[in-house]
Formats: sequence, structure tokens, C-alpha cells
Amino acid sequence: MSLIFDVKRYAINDGPGIRVTIFLKGCPLSCVWCHNPESIEKTVEKLFTSSKCIGCNACVESCENHACTLTDQGILTDTNVCLLCEKCAEVCPTGATQMSGTQYQVDEIMDIIKKEITVMDQSEGGVTFSGGEPLFHHELLIQLLDACGKEEIHRCIDTTGFTTPQKLLEVASLCEHFLYDLKVMDDAKHKQYTGVSNAQILSNLQLLATTNVNINIRIPLISGVNDDDENIHQTAQFIKSLKKALVMVNILPYHNIAQKKYEKLGKISHFIKMEEPDKMRQKKIIELFNSYGIDAVIGG
Amino acid sequence: MQSIKEIIGKVETNTIAERAACMQGNFYEPINNNAIGPGMNERVQRLRKLSFEAIPSIAIERALHQTAFYKENLGKHSTPVLRALTFLDHCEKKTLYMGDDELIVGERGPKPKAIPTFPELTCHSVEDLEILNSREQQPYTISQEDIDIYAKEVIPYWRGRTQRERIFSHVPQEWKRAYEAGVFTEFMEQRAPGHTVLDGKIYKKGMLDFKADIQAHLDSLDFMNDPEATDKAEQLKAMSISCDAVIVFANRHADLAEEKAENEKNPQRKKELLKIAEVCRRVPAYAPRTFHEAIQMYWFVHLGTVTELNGWDSMNPGHFDQHLTPFYEKEIMEGTLSREEAKELLSCVWIKFNNHTAPPKVGITAKESGTYNDFTNINIGGLKSDGSDGVSEVSYLMLNVTEELHLLQPGTSVHIAPKTPNKFLSAACKVIRQGHGYPSVFNPDTYIMEMVGMGKSITDAREGGCSGCIEVGAFGKEAFLLTGYLNVPKIIEITLNNGIDPLSGKVAGIQTGDPRAFKSYEELYDAFLKQLHFVVDQKVKVSNYIDRMFAKYAPAPFLSVVIDDCIKNGKDYYDGGPRYNTNYIQCTGLGTVTDSLSTLKKHVFEDKTISMDKLLNAVANNFEGDEKLRQTIINKTPFFGNDDNYADDIACRVYDDLVKAIDGKPNIKGECFHLNMLSTTCHIYFGKVMGATPNGRLAHKSISDGTSPSHGCDIKGPSAVIRSLTKLDHTRSGGTLLNQRFLPSLLKRDEDIKKLGQLIRSYFTLGGHHIQFNIVDTATLKAAQKAPEEYKDLLVRMAGYSDYFNDMNDDLQQEVIDRTENESF
Repeated sequence: MSLIFDVKRYAINDGPGIRVTIFLKGCPLSCVWCHNPESIEKTVEKLFTSSKCIGCNACVESCENHACTLTDQGILTDTNVCLLCEKCAEVCPTGATQMSGTQYQVDEIMDIIKKEITVMDQSEGGVTFSGGEPLFHHELLIQLLDACGKEEIHRCIDTTGFTTPQKLLEVASLCEHFLYDLKVMDDAKHKQYTGVSNAQILSNLQLLATTNVNINIRIPLISGVNDDDENIHQTAQFIKSLKKALVMVNILPYHNIAQKKYEKLGKISHFIKMEEPDKMRQKKIIELFNSYGIDAVIGG
Repeated sequence: MQSIKEIIGKVETNTIAERAACMQGNFYEPINNNAIGPGMNERVQRLRKLSFEAIPSIAIERALHQTAFYKENLGKHSTPVLRALTFLDHCEKKTLYMGDDELIVGERGPKPKAIPTFPELTCHSVEDLEILNSREQQPYTISQEDIDIYAKEVIPYWRGRTQRERIFSHVPQEWKRAYEAGVFTEFMEQRAPGHTVLDGKIYKKGMLDFKADIQAHLDSLDFMNDPEATDKAEQLKAMSISCDAVIVFANRHADLAEEKAENEKNPQRKKELLKIAEVCRRVPAYAPRTFHEAIQMYWFVHLGTVTELNGWDSMNPGHFDQHLTPFYEKEIMEGTLSREEAKELLSCVWIKFNNHTAPPKVGITAKESGTYNDFTNINIGGLKSDGSDGVSEVSYLMLNVTEELHLLQPGTSVHIAPKTPNKFLSAACKVIRQGHGYPSVFNPDTYIMEMVGMGKSITDAREGGCSGCIEVGAFGKEAFLLTGYLNVPKIIEITLNNGIDPLSGKVAGIQTGDPRAFKSYEELYDAFLKQLHFVVDQKVKVSNYIDRMFAKYAPAPFLSVVIDDCIKNGKDYYDGGPRYNTNYIQCTGLGTVTDSLSTLKKHVFEDKTISMDKLLNAVANNFEGDEKLRQTIINKTPFFGNDDNYADDIACRVYDDLVKAIDGKPNIKGECFHLNMLSTTCHIYFGKVMGATPNGRLAHKSISDGTSPSHGCDIKGPSAVIRSLTKLDHTRSGGTLLNQRFLPSLLKRDEDIKKLGQLIRSYFTLGGHHIQFNIVDTATLKAAQKAPEEYKDLLVRMAGYSDYFNDMNDDLQQEVIDRTENESF
């Protein structure tokens, strides 16, 4: 079962033109800087926003298992007895309690996507599948890509690249554009920060570069993790070695906006505050890429 | 009470820094990093500073002339001739103003931002003048001496004789009740019918040519067979006299310029003054030959119409870029004008617009519209009357001047047809990004269809455009009068109270039954429709009466000269003289109405989770003690603006029923009323006169503006908003209004600018009429509320016009802050 945790319209940073971005829930990586912590688990999760809670007790009264308790910090949920039945979210008047992760039929998602056709046509935009890791939901993704193809909607995949070569190639044959993450080149570091080795990710990118899709390489730039000269040089050398000559690099400086999301998930202890590299450093990194003849920009 | 001296003193110690234009406002970074200084030349900087710092004041001169003339001459002439003669008298005597740096000359009052009063329409009382002088927001200064003169010379004569008193003494009880409850406003009780926009005729003909036309029509009158011939003759004579009046006015400026030149030591200025004299001898008597003369021609005509009467929405040159382009191109080719000189002249006339603050109202509560803006809306780009692309070099110059000067007035709009080049759209979006609030953006394809639908010829429709905020009309050929705003949410409130206004406990509508007894949503909706029709019929009846009063007692002979076909028909602008005659009723609050009906439909009638009794009690108690219910409504009801058909279908139905209630109701000129969807700032006033509404809106908070979603309720982003909006058939109205607020972070990169342009193109492809953007961040706005002095330049876009944030009252400021921020990560 594949879940979607968000649909974003007027997405202007997720590929060419104005796009609608579909966020699929579940990811094989667990990057410590993850901006969408609710995207990691494949299953439905309960989100709680304390600032919205008016202490009305509606959820407490609705819960047959007595999982919810009203405290000074808002609603506490006993995850040992919570069945994720969603009743609390249904009765919550303010949206303080929400469930993350909804199951959709393919045509339901297509109906949402098709609402944006005029905007897509005017801006040469399209749909972007993001996550989580969209390739983690191979079956649904293939169906969606196929349906979009029939409507001649431009398709883009925002991926970690952590998948099998077969799946990657199948997806690549059904879309036009990839936003491909390269986090850190050193494998030990990659394991440390993301939980997985980057060997498959790198070889998949080499493979992808032999196909017809356009590729933007995205680098989430984090101070002390991957903004050192060595990592940038290695990244640039790797990109130069790819078969595709025209690969654009998007540098995405880290920001702390996700903190609130961790709070909502009740996972504040998992949130690790990291630093955004300063503007000078960002500029330097762009120059480093340029020195390899690689086109790199901040954002996008 | 502060004296003028104190106020002026305050301004002097708090001088406005001469910052680069691109540094003013609250946006990210200068667009052009190479720009040095403000881009304006020194003359323009000085003129701008003077205009910016001038304190709006009341000038009693016009009222004194008017009163003396009426005392002496009332009854000696026919009304049109009397009106023309009083206009001539004022043009002969009026104090002239010619500032040191000016190239374009002429003021409505004796100095910049000195505003005359119009006692024949509505006479300020001593108390009114005192309030105007001392109120905190939008004060108009006036000296005690002038108040005393006004009390002695002006007020006693007009007591009981003003247009306003005539109207109010004749309106039916039902109308008064609804009016007092705030169900609608009436435009013409304070100002003359307006919406006067020019086409290109004054650039081809001078006043002497118009006089020849008038004479030819006088000569051809058939006194044997035409029973109206005598009235027509009086009307035409009046028009002819009014042409003389503006020629006299211009010649007096020429004399003054020559006199000043005589004493001028600076040879450069001497040359300029002699040039001004030459221009003023030429126009408006004769057709202009140069770019300079063309601008001055317009300016004299503008001054004539706003001096003769105080029509709503000032006066508007229409497609100003298209009118000036032939002069610009000819002179550039001949080498008699440079681009810089053209820009300087445009800057000069832009500053003239800014000098013309709106006339202050009487019976001032400052509730209805709190602004100095007089709503001139210069149309840039768009289509020519033959359907070709109207963008020229002058269009870009105008965008340039708008961006650099960053003034409250004139308002500017860009018109984006499918054939309008992307280059122009991008240039406009870059000005929008500056966060000044303008230009607003219009779709010629839709508004041309709106006009053709109302019976205009395709060429007249193409020569038309938008004036005021978003209202369409055939420029130079139409009287399209706004008659007042209709508070549609208030009609829901009255329906839910069986015809009673719950705030006063008085009758405001008709009895349509106790809603607690309604068995279905349809029954409720029927009751709403009955109230709507009742209110609209009251409004139409009185509007027609007022129209007649203006035709009879306050004709506008000069305005009639410049609007086709008044001369040909021998009839006044207010009396059906123009080729087209439209009355608009402006409906506001579609978002609030839709969301309220959606709440009732879903929770009360369909899900039955909230009883009518419970909801009405909560509404009556302003949701006190029932925040849970209010939150449930706000968060669990489909609201307008989210591309959700549940709510959008309700909006479409309400919109269609507004069209049915208003469209086609006869006016007194053989034509009819049409629907308009705008609010300006009236949604604030309408909110104040209302209790809470079923959609969870609290009592006295503003209602939604125009056709925009309720504030903060559009949570799916701008592309969802434009989809919701375009489920309405815009072509059946005379204009819709959509405000969208953008944080600067959405427009950081040039790529983002391009996408904003694509969003606009998408909205227009779907059939949208108008969209405008507030590019602001909340922190800036909050800071501005706390330290107003530091943010004097801060312009924000509100419901169809631009205003300085700190000239707004608290409610308007709060509303700007509350609006949804389309932050995108």
C-alpha cells in the first residue's frame, strides 16, 4: 500500500516550469537533516501541532482506547495503545491533530494533477514525484507515470537514487526529468548520515546518465557534512565522469525549518540542528563546480 | 488640535530620505545592480519630494466662487448654461500655481494637494471641517480663518439646497432602512457620477475644433419638429462656454509663465517658462503637435473635468501610452525629443496626478473609504482599437516612471492579451516584485468580451479598458457609473434574522421566515434570493432617481464635450448623451457569502452535525464560549478559493444569481444596470456593520473583498485560487477583483518572475479579468505598524488600489497582515 503525505501546487522549485509535486510516503534512507521527517515511515503517522490545540478534549473523548491525554504540553498520545484509527483527527476542530499519509487511487491523483493543466501548459511545467523516495513505491509510481504520459504531462522524479538498476531504468523510460540527490561522496560518511551506502546510488547515476532523461543533480549543502573542498572536488569529478555532458547542479543550502515538523511528529529528540554554510562558502562552492565546467546554481 | 504650522514643522524635521527608488519598499534586492542613484533626474527628484511631502488641505476658493455666482445668477439662465458660466467664472478667477521646477502646469486648487470643495453637491459643516483638520488618519488641514469664512459665506447659502439634501429628503423608507443597516452604500450622495475615461480624440482636436462641431450641431437643430431642440440648444451652448473656460484657464497660465520668464535670471528656466507659455497658448485651444503639448493637453482636460464637478474616480487618460506613442515616435524620428526628455515629461505628469488628493467626504466617519487615492488608473499595454498589440516604447517608459517615482497616484495597470509580448509582461512583473502594489494586471480578452456582451461595438470595446479599480467601460464614449457597493454577506445576515438587522434590531429587509423552521438548504437559499431581489430593486429605484437629479441640477457640460456622442445628441453626460450608458452595482463579499452558505449546507442540512439553532445562537453571541464550534467550521468546511467544487459551485450559483438580480434592470437612459464585483476598501466598512457570520468570521471583522477568497482561507496556493475564480463566468460582469498576496521569497529569482508571468497568463487563459499582487512580508508590516514614521513609503495593495500602509486605519493594516501568505518551501 502506497501513501501520499502531501500534494503541493504552484511548486516552483521542483523542476522546470510550474509543477504539482506529489509526495510519496516512505524512504529507505534516514538522513539526519531530513526536511520531511514524516516522509520516512511508510505507514500512517499522527501529527500534533501544539500551537493549534485549544484544549477542547474532543480527541480525548473520541478515543476508545484512551490513547490521548490532555497535558500542559497539549495532547500526548500513548503509541502503545493508539491504533491510528484516525478518529481523533476527524473530531479535532482546529487541525491540531492530523494524520499524515493518505491512500489514493491512481485516477484520484490524476484528477488532482489534471487541475493544473493550464498552469503546466503555460509554464511548460508538469508533475514531480517526490517523497520520501518515489521509487520505493515502484508499482504505484509506474502506474502514475504511465497515466501522466497518456495525458502528455511532463514527468519529473525527485529521487535519492537508492534503488535497483532495473527499477531505475524502468522509471527512466517513463519520464523526462530527474532531480537526483548526491549527498556526500565518502561512503563511510554517507552511511553515517543517511544510514545507507552510496555505492548503489553512484552506479545508478552513471547508468541513468546513459539514458535520454534530463538530470539535475541536487546537493543539500550542510556545514561540516559535505561542504568541504574535498567532497566538492570528488562530487565534481564524479559528475564530469558521467556519460551525459549537460548536467546542471543545484545547491540547496540546509535550513532549519523542519524543526517544527519533528515537534509535530513527537520526534523532537531526533532533530539534529545543523548549520547552513554561509554565503561566501556557497559562492566558493559554485566557483569550484564552475572550474570543472559544471553549471551550478543555488536553489532550484 | 494641531495647527498646520505644527504639522508642517513635524514633516520638516522628519524629512524623507532621497533613497534610490529601488530601495524603497520592502523587497529583496535592487533589480538593476548597476543603477546609480534613484534614476530620476534632479528636477524630478525635487518635484517628487515636494509632492510627497505636501500636506493635503482644503481650499475654499472654489466654494466661494460657486456660492457668489449662484447668489448672483441662479434663475437667470438654463441649468446647463448656469453650470458652464460658473465653471468659466472660476477658470477666470482661480488662483494659479506654477512651481519652480514644473514643466507640466496646472492645479485643481491653489497649490499641490489643496482640494476644493463642491458645496452645490454636498456642503461640509463646520464640524466636518474641524474633524477633517484634526483626525489622525487622512487629515485635510484647513485654517480656523477659512472655517469661519466657510461658515459665514458658504454654509448658510447651501443649507437645504445641496444635491445630497435633495436626495435624502426624497428616498423611500425601505431604502433608508437598508442603507442605515449597511446593506449598501450610495456613491452619488457625496460625489458626482464618475468613471470618466478618455479615448484619443483630444490628441486630434482642440477646443476650437470642438466648438466648431458644437456650432454645426446648434445650426442644424430642428426647432420645428424636434420637441427637445430647445433643451439641446441650451446644452450645446453650455458645452461651447465650457470650452472657452478651459482655453481661458490655459491662457492665464501662458500669461503667468511669460511674466515669470520676464523676471527669471536663470537662462535655462527662462527658456522653460517660455516653452510652457507657448504650449499653453497652443493647447487646449488647438490639437497638440508634440509629446509635451499632448501631455499638457490631457492635463488641462483632466483639470477641467475635476474642477467642473468631483466625479467618482477622478478622471483617467485611458490608454495613455497608445495616445502618446505617435507624438513620441514622430519626435524621436525628427530628433526633437530624447528618451530622457520624454521620461522627464511623463514623470512631471505622474507627479501632477499625485498632487491631486481625493475630495474629502462630509458627515465624516472615515468608515467607508479611508484613502487619499482618487483612483486614476492609467492603462498600459493591451490592444489597440484595431486589435493589434498596443505595447510601445512609451509603455516601457511608463513602467519605468511608475517604478522609479513610487507614488500613491496615479494607479497603473498593465493589460496582457495573448499577443502581448512576454518581454512586456516580464517588465511589468519586475515592477510588481518591488512590492509597490502596482501595476495591477488585466485581461483584455475577457473585458472586451464583457463589453461586447453589453452591446458595445468591437472597436469601441477594444478602445475601452479598466478604470477606478477594475471596472470596464468604453473609453471616451461611455458613462459607466458606479452606484454603490452591495453588502452581500449582510443580506445573508438579514435572511438569517427574518428581515431584521441584528445589530440595531430594526427592519432592514423583508420577512422571509424563521430560518430555524427551514427544512432544506434550498428553502434557505430561496429566502436569501428574495431578500437579494428586494434590496437590489430598492437600490435601482433610488439610483435612477439620483441619476435624474444630476441630469437636472448638476449637468457636466465640459465633460460632455470630450465624451462621444454628447455633442451629436445635444445631451449631457448625465442625461444619456454618451454613446453608452451603464449603471453598475458593485457586489462584494463573495468569499464570505460562499463560505457561510457552505457551512450551513454541509453542517446544518447535509451532515446535520450542527443544528440551525445552535449555529444561529453561536453567531448571535459572536461565537463566545464556543471556539470549538468556530474552529470546526473554519477547518472542516469546504471554503471558496481552494479549487474545491463543493464551495466553488455555491460561489458560481451566488454569482449567477447576482447577475440575474442586477443585470438588465433599466436605468433612466434607456439602457441598464450591470453587475460589478469589487470592494475597494468598502469590505472593511461592511464588516464593521455586521455581526459574526456562519463561516466563523467574528463580528465587525472585514468581509472578503471583491471576488477574492475569504482572508486566510485560500490554503492551496495561487494556482488553486485562479481555478476557483475562473469557474465564475467573468464575461457576464463588468469586472471581478482578485487580490493575491505574495511574500518576496516567492519572487527572488528571475526565474520566479517568469513563473509569476506564467501564473498570470494561466489565469487569463482560464478567463480571469484582473489580478493584483501584494509582495510583502509580515515582519515588515508588523514593524510598520509599530514604527510608522520609518515606513512612510510603504505601499501595499488593497482591494483594487494602492495606499500607503501608514495612511490606512488599524483595521486595514491588520487585514493586510492577516491575508494568506503564499509561502512556498
